[in-house]
Amino acid sequence: MALFGSLGEKLNHVFSKITKRGTLTELEIKNAMREIKLVLLEADVNYLVVKDFVNKVSEKAMGERVMKSLTPGQQIVKIVNEELCELMGSTNAKLAVASKPPTVIMMCGLQGAGKTTMCGKLAKLLKKQGKKPMLVACDIYRPAAISQLKTVGKSVDVEVYDEGTNKPHKTAVNAIKYADKKGYDTVIIDTAGRLQINEELMDELLDIKKAVNPTEILLTVDSMIGQESVNVATTFNEKLDISGVILTKLDGDTRGGAALSIKAVTGKPIKFCGVGEKMDDIEPFHPDRMASRILDMGDVLSLIEKAQQNITEEEAKKLEKKFRENDFTLDDYLVQFENLKKMGSISDILSMIPGANKLKLNANAVDENQLAKNKSIILSMTKKERQNPDILKGSHKRRIASGSGTSIQDVNILLKQFNQSKEMMKQFKNKKGGFRMPF
Amino acid sequence: MGIFSKFFGALKKTKDAISKKISQIFVGELDDDFFEELEFVLISSDIGADASAEIVENVRKLAKKEKIKTEEGFKEILRQAMVDLLPEDNDEMELPTLITVVGVNGVGKTTAIGKLAYRLKKEKKSVLMVAGDTFRAAASEQLTEWSKRAGTRIVKYNEGVDPGAVVYDGIKSAIAKKEDVVLVDTAGRLHNKVGLMEELKKISKIVSKEWNGNTENYLVIDATTGQNALTQVEMFNEILPLSGIILTKLDGSSKGGVVFAIAQKFGIPIKYVGVGEGVDDIEPFNARDFVENII
Repeated sequence: MALFGSLGEKLNHVFSKITKRGTLTELEIKNAMREIKLVLLEADVNYLVVKDFVNKVSEKAMGERVMKSLTPGQQIVKIVNEELCELMGSTNAKLAVASKPPTVIMMCGLQGAGKTTMCGKLAKLLKKQGKKPMLVACDIYRPAAISQLKTVGKSVDVEVYDEGTNKPHKTAVNAIKYADKKGYDTVIIDTAGRLQINEELMDELLDIKKAVNPTEILLTVDSMIGQESVNVATTFNEKLDISGVILTKLDGDTRGGAALSIKAVTGKPIKFCGVGEKMDDIEPFHPDRMASRILDMGDVLSLIEKAQQNITEEEAKKLEKKFRENDFTLDDYLVQFENLKKMGSISDILSMIPGANKLKLNANAVDENQLAKNKSIILSMTKKERQNPDILKGSHKRRIASGSGTSIQDVNILLKQFNQSKEMMKQFKNKKGGFRMPF
Repeated sequence: MGIFSKFFGALKKTKDAISKKISQIFVGELDDDFFEELEFVLISSDIGADASAEIVENVRKLAKKEKIKTEEGFKEILRQAMVDLLPEDNDEMELPTLITVVGVNGVGKTTAIGKLAYRLKKEKKSVLMVAGDTFRAAASEQLTEWSKRAGTRIVKYNEGVDPGAVVYDGIKSAIAKKEDVVLVDTAGRLHNKVGLMEELKKISKIVSKEWNGNTENYLVIDATTGQNALTQVEMFNEILPLSGIILTKLDGSSKGGVVFAIAQKFGIPIKYVGVGEGVDDIEPFNARDFVENII
């Protein structure tokens, strides 16, 4: 049960003294709940949400019988996971479309949450879906905010409407008229980032809402936010009655407990998440996967999905055959690198592996430049050398190193890694049963 | 109150939050249940599990030793324990100095640099800003805007230019004009992105090669950030030895407690806090004042 990583271990420790009574005692459950509390708090889930949640889990755990197949710890983790998934909602919600175009999407959020960038990402996503979006600059306070949106708009090839420092709600109204005339079907309004206690700015948002009656009001939240998430979400929701949430910067290594807090206090769905710096880096939000991430259990589903998307079955079969026949060459090694690259950044992949968070298996450990280096080393070899690297002598290696702009040491390291992989595959092969791809 | 008046306003919410919670759990008996509740109160202020545990442990000992009975008495020893956790830092800024300012996206780096420049300028120091963020759309425009407000010089290039080149030219210009302080802005980056972190390494190499004065590396942290701030410190620290923290957006948050977690784990001093949106809304950090305004 590697799936249930660190929390499972901690809980097993709590239950290590359990007897064969078959049910958990109150004290054991109390101690277990303390561990769960700490895990959730460390993931920045809000304190009150944690308390509430733990009470619920505690009730469920009380009646549960300890099954033979599972250790009590794992059983509790299972309950925790189920409850988390339920709390997060089941599906990811789609964007609403106005019955009479244009659909108006109003973005709001704290300063630095990533609103402006997200506006661009949304616009690009909508374009891909065949929509005709337009951006509106209503952040008139931050120096250079309008020009930032313009740059973003330019990079996704979407028109940006602005009226300088005119009153934001007036700009918004004019923008929609303009969009109507020009045949744009979706209008995305970027608003000023604000510190939530600033009443004046909150009122300004309300003015925009009243003036244009948006189809969607999306709150953009930085996924690294701490305990404050609840106040932020509540304030915006009370004032504006938001329709959904976008979590940004999920490509970092944060556990993102804020997602749970926000869902718990507002009941509003998290619709999208930002997962990188490029304009394509936007994904629909998967509540179940977020649950695993908060518990530091890894996002195995996303990982499998990514592998499936990017490695064709045929390729996998061919590779499998090669493994079986011990006919794995540096050419195949190269294909593996390419596949890895197709799956996205290494840090992305690592973040999906259970326990990786705890192991501090971060991107520093696996350098993407290293991949590129290895690739150029293999490409600098002759066909014959790639088929049979054993024939490589010192002079060959020197040629390869200078051809690929690396050192002989680099070449040696690569060859060593290759041989190790080959050894590993032999072991796979020797095991009973079929061979499966490592991912 | 003097210069800390703004600070007080900004932290009032924090104070209300923690203070109220302690009043709620303080029912006279300082038993295990009380200390466990206290631990969660601290954690709920983003102080983090480890730092909270340490504070609670110290408070427990102090409370026993001094036979604490009253709520006010208890709060006082709690304040003491929290102040003790924060590293002392009373060093005068050594001139000339070059400060590289780093941080993840959206924490308010550029704004913090702008405010800091304004403050240093008021202290009669000459300041040069270097627009090392050539990645984010319109970042150098934003910094230019600030240089106008603060009345300082700025070295900048177009978007997409190698930031190393900007830093190099900035240093040369600062040396030629004998500037007191050089503030280097860098592109916001998530700390787990190798490529961007490599770029920082390069900047730091150029600084150590070309700059003879004092060097500082400040990490900017958003006061609303949770426990991820620890990983941020750890990973930036690996590349650039951090000499200080700037805590921003304190007024937008009721917390900022993560500085205790940072102090406990890394011992890196907090240098400045950003408390508002105006040009002069930045203050040097003072541990006693900070804690007194939390509890």
